[in-house]
Amino acid sequence: MKHLGVFFCALLAFASAAAVEARRMAPEVSDAAIQGKALPRTLEEFGFFIHADAQVPTLGVIPYRLNTPLYSDGAEKLRFVYVPQGNKMQADGEGLIDFPVGTALIKTFAFGEGEKRRLIETRVLLHRADGWLALPYVWNEEQTQARLAIAGARVPVTTPEGEKISYRVPNKNQCKECHGLNDAVVPIGPKARNLSREWLEANIGVVPQGADTLPVWEDRSPAGTNAVARAFLDVNCAHCHRPGATASNSGLDLRWEQDDPHAIGVMKRPVAAGRGAGGLLFDVVPGKPQESILLHRMLSNEPGVAMPELGKATIDREGADAVRRWIEEMPQ
Amino acid sequence: MIRTAFAATLLASTTPLLAETHTISPGEGAQERLQEALILAQPGDEIVLEAGRYAMSDGLSLDVDGVTLRGAGMDGTVLDFTGQQGAGEGLLVTSDNVTMRDFALENPKGDGVKSKGADNIVYHRIRVTWTRGPHAENGAYGIYPVESTGVLVDGVKVTGASDAGIYVGQSNRITVRNSIAEANVAGIEIENSRNALVEHNIATRNTGGILVFDLPNLPVMGGGNVIVANNLVVANDTPNFAPPGNIVAGVRRGTGIMVMANENVLIEDNILSGNPTAPVMVIAYTQPYDDDRYNPLPREVVVGPNQFDGGGYDPQLDGAEMLLAAFGGELPPVLWDGLGSLSAAEGTMGWSLNLPEAGKGLGGAQPGLMTVDAPADSFDRSGIGAPAELDARLQS
Repeated sequence: MKHLGVFFCALLAFASAAAVEARRMAPEVSDAAIQGKALPRTLEEFGFFIHADAQVPTLGVIPYRLNTPLYSDGAEKLRFVYVPQGNKMQADGEGLIDFPVGTALIKTFAFGEGEKRRLIETRVLLHRADGWLALPYVWNEEQTQARLAIAGARVPVTTPEGEKISYRVPNKNQCKECHGLNDAVVPIGPKARNLSREWLEANIGVVPQGADTLPVWEDRSPAGTNAVARAFLDVNCAHCHRPGATASNSGLDLRWEQDDPHAIGVMKRPVAAGRGAGGLLFDVVPGKPQESILLHRMLSNEPGVAMPELGKATIDREGADAVRRWIEEMPQ
Repeated sequence: MIRTAFAATLLASTTPLLAETHTISPGEGAQERLQEALILAQPGDEIVLEAGRYAMSDGLSLDVDGVTLRGAGMDGTVLDFTGQQGAGEGLLVTSDNVTMRDFALENPKGDGVKSKGADNIVYHRIRVTWTRGPHAENGAYGIYPVESTGVLVDGVKVTGASDAGIYVGQSNRITVRNSIAEANVAGIEIENSRNALVEHNIATRNTGGILVFDLPNLPVMGGGNVIVANNLVVANDTPNFAPPGNIVAGVRRGTGIMVMANENVLIEDNILSGNPTAPVMVIAYTQPYDDDRYNPLPREVVVGPNQFDGGGYDPQLDGAEMLLAAFGGELPPVLWDGLGSLSAAEGTMGWSLNLPEAGKGLGGAQPGLMTVDAPADSFDRSGIGAPAELDARLQS
């Protein structure tokens, strides 16, 4: 107990020292870098972080989390949003937050815990006057700098499950494969339904109807099988599998709000699945997960079969379990 | 002529003055160098792929309008995807007015080249090959334009696709010509598309040579206005190697030209031989469906004069032996299920299943000789095929 007290004092001292240092050292976010025409070569040019390697954000850069996150090989993801001074985010309904021009959404991908944590990449989504721009930055081995990697990269990492993989940093075009909707780049994650009431209240000042309805993933059991699976599919699949997006031609629409069983795959035949169908006839066969193409493709990590096509080199066991249970319990 | 010159000036003026050429050579870092060039290109630029073999570790993508990607010939510049670790296709194009020519892709893990929502696209002398030949684990489509208006596929060659070699889906204003589709499940497939011209191609050693399909429950439906003419459709006798579950997995080995659902389809002046199930097959969609917008019948299908060298001599059909016996050892060249509307040039031999209704299986079949009228009016060809300006691009 005494030890803990000492530790606590030390921590306080450290925190206040950090606060002093922060006031002194905190960079100002560069609105010019966000809104200008250029592609900044390093992440540093944006000035988002006080301690970039520790992911300590500067003033005005607000951390957030999503109730149900996208699976990315088990990477830890640190998300931030920056809105230029004098501008406001707006929330109207359960969908995407309305971000003003000048907004930056920042997402860092890390593997390893504590001392061993290593930042792999930071993706930024910049709201410029002519639309959103997605750029990937890759961290160096020393963790001192993240440089623009317009063509993407491959980085060897070890996942939390202990699997050694060749982790893919997407190239600029691949960013659009997921973020593209009706030919424009848009954010995907920060929808009111996938953000907490507390965060919305504190940072936007309103909690719209339908906000905070997706289950919090690590505490998902009370939400029920259907809500968990549909939240998973919405977050992990529906950015492509919806009208106007990359996989629109499949006719599969996995958005949270879609309630037509055929559109979400129930007894729907594949269109362009090719060998991805794995010899199965329907996307979802109620009561029969082992006969459902949807689950089959989630359980593969082979290019051409695996879903999602991008941003995944390992199988999401938790996600697959959620979808398996959903199909099992579906009335036949 | 004056009009052409005027159009050419207009086109020229839309091209930026400082169009650049970026040259990429094979070797170390080719993946990153090529992908970076594809991203940083400006509209009007040309990316030149020097001759050689490029080892690719990931799918490539292009999202800039008006770019030309040019290799040193389909046997000279080879993008080798044997070691591909990610992405659903070898090359993905999502921008308009793109020209791809004179290079090859080998062994992509998924599709070969996919272009989606990419209007006015040209594929010229592109080769996509799965080098192990027919195999269920080959990628699905070789050349794969979808949801696009203005598609010209000219002089391509695709071998080994586990679905369709050349697949055009949910598109409009299409020409596929002078191309070779060999040893795929479907050689050439036009699906849920309108105004397509398929001419002067060779389809051989596929399970089915040329397919014209309309399927339910897709964002774009109502396929029609399709001409399949002057093709050599021969020896399509490869056993179906599509993974079950795909629509083409139901295609019978030895199908020459097949129309399923669709309206206003003309099949004429083709040479068909060695298609042992049916040189020409015209049928309704065979599966149950739930989609009010969909018409499962083939309507206004016209079989004009074609050169048939034999008919269905070894059909992969239920009751084949009985059928062969009934028709004197060989089925007549045109197979119709009796649903929808079909006309055929005088002297065209065919047989009909005389099915009473669509989507109910073969239970009510009463096979007999086909009796249909000769085509009433001349086929309306207006608006069929790729826009003329796509042709003009091949001259440069």
